[in-house]
Amino acid sequence: MDRVTTPAGARASARILARGDGRGGTALPVLEGEGPLAVRRTRGSGSEAHVMLVGAMSGPLGGDHFTVAAEAAEGARLRVGSAAATLALPGQDKAGARYDVRLTVGDDAELRWLPEQLISAYGSDLSVATRVDLAATGRLLLREEQVLGRSGEPPGRLSSRLTVRVAGRCVLDQELACGSGAPGGWDGPAGLAGHRAVGQLVVVRPELAAEPPRASAFAEGAAVLPLAGPAVLVTAVAPDGLRLRRLLEAGLATLG
Amino acid sequence: MSRAALLVLADGRFPAGGHAHSGGAEAAVRAGHITDAASLEEFCRGRLHTSGAVAASLAAAAALGVDPGELDLAADARTPSPALRVAARRLGRQLVRAARATWPHRELDALAGRFPKGAHQPVVMGLTARAAGLGPLDAAYCSAYEGVSGPATAVVRLLSLDPFDATGVLARLAPDLDRVARDAVEAGRAAVTEGVDVLPARSAPLLEIGAEAHAAWAVRLFAS
Amino acid sequence: MHLGDHHNTPAVSADAHRPDGTRRALRIGLGGPVGSGKTATVAALCRALREELSLAVVTNDIYTREDAEFLLREAVLPPERISAVETGACPHTAIRDDISANLEAIEDLEEEVGPLDLVLVESGGDNLTATFSKGLVDAQIFVIDVAGGDDIPRKGGPGVSTADLLIVNKTDLAPYVGSDLARMAADAKAQRGELPVVLQSLRSEEGVRDVADWVRARIAAWTA
Repeated sequence: MDRVTTPAGARASARILARGDGRGGTALPVLEGEGPLAVRRTRGSGSEAHVMLVGAMSGPLGGDHFTVAAEAAEGARLRVGSAAATLALPGQDKAGARYDVRLTVGDDAELRWLPEQLISAYGSDLSVATRVDLAATGRLLLREEQVLGRSGEPPGRLSSRLTVRVAGRCVLDQELACGSGAPGGWDGPAGLAGHRAVGQLVVVRPELAAEPPRASAFAEGAAVLPLAGPAVLVTAVAPDGLRLRRLLEAGLATLG
Repeated sequence: MSRAALLVLADGRFPAGGHAHSGGAEAAVRAGHITDAASLEEFCRGRLHTSGAVAASLAAAAALGVDPGELDLAADARTPSPALRVAARRLGRQLVRAARATWPHRELDALAGRFPKGAHQPVVMGLTARAAGLGPLDAAYCSAYEGVSGPATAVVRLLSLDPFDATGVLARLAPDLDRVARDAVEAGRAAVTEGVDVLPARSAPLLEIGAEAHAAWAVRLFAS
Repeated sequence: MHLGDHHNTPAVSADAHRPDGTRRALRIGLGGPVGSGKTATVAALCRALREELSLAVVTNDIYTREDAEFLLREAVLPPERISAVETGACPHTAIRDDISANLEAIEDLEEEVGPLDLVLVESGGDNLTATFSKGLVDAQIFVIDVAGGDDIPRKGGPGVSTADLLIVNKTDLAPYVGSDLARMAADAKAQRGELPVVLQSLRSEEGVRDVADWVRARIAAWTA
């Protein structure tokens, strides 16, 4: 499948559907990708199916619009990763690029959405929108990592919005805007204070409603935040992507 | 409508509990991120365009008559830090008390009955503006301004910053405040027809993280 | 006294009745300079009165929870009857200009451990001008001590002159710090006219007895 290039930039989409196969495993009846958004099934473990997004590193460029939709339907265990970091690059098109991620988790299903970091290269302009809808007993582990600029370069413009709904109720709605052209103060003492990597882990488990963990700023620049619902946000800022990953992993470990 | 009511509501001496909160400034001072007027200004600007913009839009939407229960849930979703949710509700409870005594209104009575432990403060601010005969732009201005005047006042106490410098910071933020308030009303109007999901959700990572660190301190001057 | 309890929750701070129509607790404030013995007096009052009255304490610490923690450590009351208010570096603001946080602490105590006969509100140690709002307390006690200088009563000030009861504390120290008790009493009388003054030493056998009697009389008048 080739990249579909139009005057307004490329449009590409990928779809993943996972379903419990009724024998304790997970089937993947839909696994489609086009152009830069190829998807591959990799070896799973136990009842969990593993899918890898490959080749996403070539985009998105200005004017591109990528869409990924993944669903873990009732009884499914699905893990989605990416083979490499996603690099937002400047395009010839003046318009910004868009990356939409739409995730759905059914009852008694689990989705682990663990892509590699998103790097906002100098001159790029990308808007990422991630929307997750979970049924009441669905489970989620979602990681988002943003690195502002390749090594030593200033960042492009990056804005992201992450929305998580459980049984129709919004438990997290969070936008982040940074880089050139973002509203003032984004890199100041309230925003990133010079840190070049920022990330979140969202954990949704039904049992968290009754037994939320204690909120804590467990390390410099990182905190575990129980949300108003069966969910927890681990949020962190760090000088670089590597240290960001360590903070997020450490935050996740505190949840047991 | 009386324009002077806006002065009463926006007055830093309006007795609604704000004096005990630093809006995250105490944590930023301790972290070494606010050290002078310039860094205070960057802090306030960042706060204004993130949690300030969210608060202003919630206030504008409430002033326009969007259901306070819906707005309160939207505020929860936009406030991941439990310490900040607690602070927002505590301040909301204090504001509804002051507002009911100042501008008695059945909507404020209903809000106090529905949220005995407090609704998020910006939601209360919007309904207070209604009760005072003010409009959504007034509510947005009050919320946005309070979000920067609180930290500025706190930093005067925390760093013994020259109060003239702190007031200069607020004056320099005026054009940004105008823009944030206007955008908030636009978002509030959109929420009337499209629901609360269209309200902005801009976040400031270090405000959230700093709030939890601050909440765990044994010794602090401010409640948040 | 405003009795407008036609709403579900009280809007006006000085209401003598709770939302359910029952009479609320008598509220007595204790103010005075740092180190004059406010917390020790509160502790002694709790020990003297806890068998005969249902009581609770609200503390207003400046930047810690030390006063609340002292009372907890001394176990003068069960922990659920002690609540600490954070004052944002301005203890007098929280008891006089913006009393909402204290009112909420009192309401929460009445709701959670009530019904209460008496709530003692202890201010953070502050200066001689700090007094309690009438919206917050029904009567106030000002505590000074002989070691703070025997000219304090002569200098007067709102606390010394107008408090419903003036305590001159630590009289046992007078010989050591060269304070003239007779002169302090005479100066206080000149400033206060008919308002009572108690000279006390919590180390003496009588301890807090006179102050406890004064509190009992206020309770009797309140419930009459």
